[in-house]
Amino acid sequence: MNVVTPFEGIGASVKRKEDLRFLSGRGQYTDDINRPRQTYAYILRSPHAHAAIRGIDLAAARAMPGVVAIFTGEDMKGIGGLPCGWQIHNKDGSPMAEPPHPVLAQGKVRHVGDSVAVVIAETKAQARDAAEAILVDYDVLPAAATMEAALATGAPQVHDGVAGNICYDWHIGDPAVNAAAFQSAHKVVEFELVNNRLIPNAMEPRAAVGDYDPTTGDYTLYTTSQNPHVIRLLMGAFVLQLPEHKLRVVAPDVGGGFGSKIFHYAEEAIVTWAAGKIARPVKWTADRTESFITDAHGRDHVTKARLALDANGKFLALHVQTLANMGAYLSTFATSVPTYLYATLLAGVYTTPTVYAEVKAVFTNTTPVDAYRGAGRPEATFLLERLVDVAAREMGMDRVEIRRRNFIPNDAFPYQTPVALQYDSGDYVATLEQALESSGWASFEQRRAEAKARGKLRGIGISTYLEACGIAPSAVVGALGARAGLYEVGTIRVHPTGSVTVLTGTHSHGQGHETTLAQLVTDRLGVPLAQVDIVHGDTAKIPFGMGTYGSRSLAVGGSAMVKAMDKIVAKARKIAAHLMEASVEDVEFDRGTFRVAGTDKTKSWGEICLTAYVPHNYPIEEIEPGLDETAFYDPKNFTYPGGCHICEVEIDPETGKVDVVNFTAVDDVGRVINPMIVEGQVQGGVAQGIGQALLETAVYDEAGQLLSASFMDYQMPRAEDLPPVSVATHTTLCTHNPLGVKGCGEVGAIGSPPAVINAVVDALQDYGVRHIEMPATPAKIWNIINAGHKLAAE
Amino acid sequence: MYDFAYHKPTSVADAVKILSADPDARPISGGQTLLPALKHRLNKPTAVVDLSGIAELKGIRRDGDKLIIGALAKHHEVAENAEVKAAIPALAQMAGTIGDTQVRNRGTIGGSVSNNDPAADYPAAVLGLGATVVTDKRRIAADDFFQGMFTTALEPGELLVAIEFPIPEKAGYAKMRNPASRYVMAGAFVAKTKSGVRVAINGAGPCVFRQADMEKALTANWSPDAVAGIQQSADGLNGDIHGSAEYRAHLVTVMAKRALANAG
Repeated sequence: MNVVTPFEGIGASVKRKEDLRFLSGRGQYTDDINRPRQTYAYILRSPHAHAAIRGIDLAAARAMPGVVAIFTGEDMKGIGGLPCGWQIHNKDGSPMAEPPHPVLAQGKVRHVGDSVAVVIAETKAQARDAAEAILVDYDVLPAAATMEAALATGAPQVHDGVAGNICYDWHIGDPAVNAAAFQSAHKVVEFELVNNRLIPNAMEPRAAVGDYDPTTGDYTLYTTSQNPHVIRLLMGAFVLQLPEHKLRVVAPDVGGGFGSKIFHYAEEAIVTWAAGKIARPVKWTADRTESFITDAHGRDHVTKARLALDANGKFLALHVQTLANMGAYLSTFATSVPTYLYATLLAGVYTTPTVYAEVKAVFTNTTPVDAYRGAGRPEATFLLERLVDVAAREMGMDRVEIRRRNFIPNDAFPYQTPVALQYDSGDYVATLEQALESSGWASFEQRRAEAKARGKLRGIGISTYLEACGIAPSAVVGALGARAGLYEVGTIRVHPTGSVTVLTGTHSHGQGHETTLAQLVTDRLGVPLAQVDIVHGDTAKIPFGMGTYGSRSLAVGGSAMVKAMDKIVAKARKIAAHLMEASVEDVEFDRGTFRVAGTDKTKSWGEICLTAYVPHNYPIEEIEPGLDETAFYDPKNFTYPGGCHICEVEIDPETGKVDVVNFTAVDDVGRVINPMIVEGQVQGGVAQGIGQALLETAVYDEAGQLLSASFMDYQMPRAEDLPPVSVATHTTLCTHNPLGVKGCGEVGAIGSPPAVINAVVDALQDYGVRHIEMPATPAKIWNIINAGHKLAAE
Repeated sequence: MYDFAYHKPTSVADAVKILSADPDARPISGGQTLLPALKHRLNKPTAVVDLSGIAELKGIRRDGDKLIIGALAKHHEVAENAEVKAAIPALAQMAGTIGDTQVRNRGTIGGSVSNNDPAADYPAAVLGLGATVVTDKRRIAADDFFQGMFTTALEPGELLVAIEFPIPEKAGYAKMRNPASRYVMAGAFVAKTKSGVRVAINGAGPCVFRQADMEKALTANWSPDAVAGIQQSADGLNGDIHGSAEYRAHLVTVMAKRALANAG
């Protein structure tokens, strides 16, 4: 007999089931996995950003103690390169340049950290010792360390055959309609800005253990991945030519990903392949320095934009030209980030009738760049929300009023944008009003004056944003160049005594799926949360799945579970109808109880489950025994979370240091399953957004050396950098998935950076500042203030 | 890290004997600088001489108008010590802002001063207070001790045993942290002592240094206003991705003002 516990279902702030394991040190991460007869790999990496390899002398290294094997690119010549998962086409219809991405360098290295050789030894220290004895004869070449350098006349060529280092020159929108709209403009606001390059820095560095059983030919890869099935597909089919049934990929507990663990990395292929070569397990764990120089970086755009307005401040047209840094090679989803995850968002929450965006992707001698929390959407939002603020100022309009005038109204949904997307729902006025109220926007000038009396410059900034997530219909992304489907898979395995194991193709690496997804089962089937387990991260257990990124786990993975539960309930009703000698149509099911409608005849969940597995009295002619159903769910559309973020800062004019003193987020994430987890996700995202706006940036020197390659120089946000973040939600339901959910993992990182910078610019309004690039460091702000002082003195 | 021999002597004499016999041996106390260097394989000593078992390097005591702090005193101990708080509150306050809790419970004053990292805190207090560095061989005035980036008057094999701080009439410290590392980007330690006013600047240059213009101004008028108009020259100061030499020069004045406000 199950007891229905309503407080554990949808809408309950249940504590996270997984936290006991994490907080008591019992998590099982990839580096915790040790296999019998295990060896250790150390990857020798390029110290140069660009060099030809004239020769590699392994003699001394091979003679070092404990060395089992050393492999170089020469040994992996027959192995496929790392594939790119999304093909973009140029304006002229030709496909993008897609140069090879070898697992180990083939004659040339293209960024600091590029993998040159792998040493496998009995211990990690022995592997590293031997790697230091390898002599690589490099012919150092000039490097294209920045996009500017890569695009200059006579620039070093990152790849032979990729003219001008351009990966693609893509566009979206109608250029003729767009140009015409500018003709009739009352005002055109022109603006340039940079979206700074970020280094993800998940708490757990990447790691991989390859294992091979020579008696069966079975390979197993344990890896720090957000999507083990995708890794199995990419590595099996494209790199190592291993069929799926001979390759198991396990992503156990993973300590943070933020996108950087979506991609298929060379080390995964190296340890799997090498395990087969030496018939022993091979383990590799990155140190922090390797994380800095080999985890795919994020963002790195340079953009010029023009916004046309009429005399009332209505947006008439937007034209955007963006350069996007790809780094030295195309990481798995790099090409989609500045195109379909960026330019399609440039309408934002506004009714701008025409948007035309041109994006050039550029190869440079730097670490590859790919999706990082928000992926394209933070770049679009930062551009739009800064541009709107600048437009308001230059039109002499109020910042809030210009937004109101351009909002997509509530009666316009479904709303077709000029850049491909169709928004299903939203209420931008409601989130705006709620955020204005809760942030005390109206009384800000009092706080500014009070701060001034203390010698501080106080500013307030707003961002009204939208994003597209829950990625997405396979047919649509396929038409746009994706080389994979983006459905999700869920299995509901009901056990004879009524408890439930869920197999999901999504992957939790901090998001709390083991709780949120279990709440869906509790809510629907009435099974207490303690009797529901979520299994994820193992291709041997889970039928299939596309993993977790783009805030898709609940919207797509949760919906697959709902479809599987529909099948479970349909079958269970037939069993109940049989037992109660009623017609199926008359059997109602509500959270654990089957009832013949209008009667007091009931059967419990437990009775039905037991009957399914002990089918003595059973409609065996009609249905099979057992209660175990799988569903694949392919969404009809993206989901469109949005909302309003308001940030208040105080600047110390003597040092230039910015303190975020207040942050208000009101987000529409669709139906909320667990409010506590949503709050945590938004706070974490806001922390990363504040990090981007004020603290973090990857800096390369001219030779392509990463100057910010450790925490001594790369500024991660710390607790003392962050204000209390007020998080609230205002819900409009997603209209096309069964849960009405939209997703909350990325909203914090997408909505917040422009709110912060808008606040900083507002605080510096007396210094004639139009824009300040991220991160707004103390030195940068002091330069502005100092220049302002000098201006006043002249 | 590479392999090395490990020694744990129990007397200064034994430690000095090992260090003098082997120029590639390195002393270690809290390990806040040496250990990361070893882990990154940036340093390859033949031997590491662990000083933590040497009783004569420990202890904090007041001796008349001096405060004597043993080389092994951890930052946390200095921050919390009643004698330090009473005699030189600015020194206790400084110690309480070095690094983070973990660093303060491992790092030692002797290690910090011997290492003379330009971005470290303690050298500013030692120079600003005109302290005396006591080694196993001799006594060295602060003005002679700090010689350049990571360079001091210590000779090979010579060990810092204690630091004698004269108790000032007034003292104050203020710093701007490097946004990433949280080491000192620019700091100022100001003190009014029996032998005169001293201003030591750390973080901004390659080595802690005294600011003569500020000392002169404060001798005439001990107040934040006295230094507010004094501009530090940017020549020779540090510049990096976190801030230019000009920014650091500007911060010197700001931090000096704030140090004076803290000193009262």
